[in-house]
Amino acid sequence: CGLLGTVAVVTSDGRMIVGTLKGFDQTINLILDESHERVFSSSQGVEQVVLGLYIVRGDNVAVIGEIDEDTDSSLDLGNIRAEPLNSIVH
Amino acid sequence: MLDLQLQITYLNDYTFGFIKTLLFYSFFKSLVGKDVVVELKNDLSICGTLHSVDQYLNIKLTDISVTDPEKYPHMLSVKNCFIRGSVVRYVQLPADEVDTQLLQDAARKEALQQKQ
Repeated sequence: CGLLGTVAVVTSDGRMIVGTLKGFDQTINLILDESHERVFSSSQGVEQVVLGLYIVRGDNVAVIGEIDEDTDSSLDLGNIRAEPLNSIVH
Repeated sequence: MLDLQLQITYLNDYTFGFIKTLLFYSFFKSLVGKDVVVELKNDLSICGTLHSVDQYLNIKLTDISVTDPEKYPHMLSVKNCFIRGSVVRYVQLPADEVDTQLLQDAARKEALQQKQ
């Protein structure tokens, strides 16, 4: 699957977790270090909740995005308003 | 487009005790480099260039953009992404890149083979 660096993981329940991808396997189980959840809301800016070292089971992974540090640091998270992502419905 | 018949012959794969052909894996491999739109089961649509695909139909896209960035600003700092095959609802393809006749024939042959 590639990408070892800062990633944004979209989970099957619609959450977004940003962290350093330390490892993964064939079933897409992930090890995310220094992770935090980015909570999106339509009424207030993005809230970042610190999580630490996480193992995410592959079943629950939808998307893994490679974060472009330059673009990310220029984001004004406090001013972003958005509905949380939907859950994956099979 | 790759010769699907040839692909089917040598990509038969024994998985979990039954024979699986990798028709759609071969099909997607022939589309690497093309621009596609992947619609996920959470209604998010991601546009990008097909970089690679694997036997589970996991997809890697480069240079992505979300179809509706106002509604989905979640991916603004993401340029490349990996999408788990199980969460894909649709993959939208350019019509002129697909030989539908060939694909249909190949799928029919495979269905026949699987029955036997």
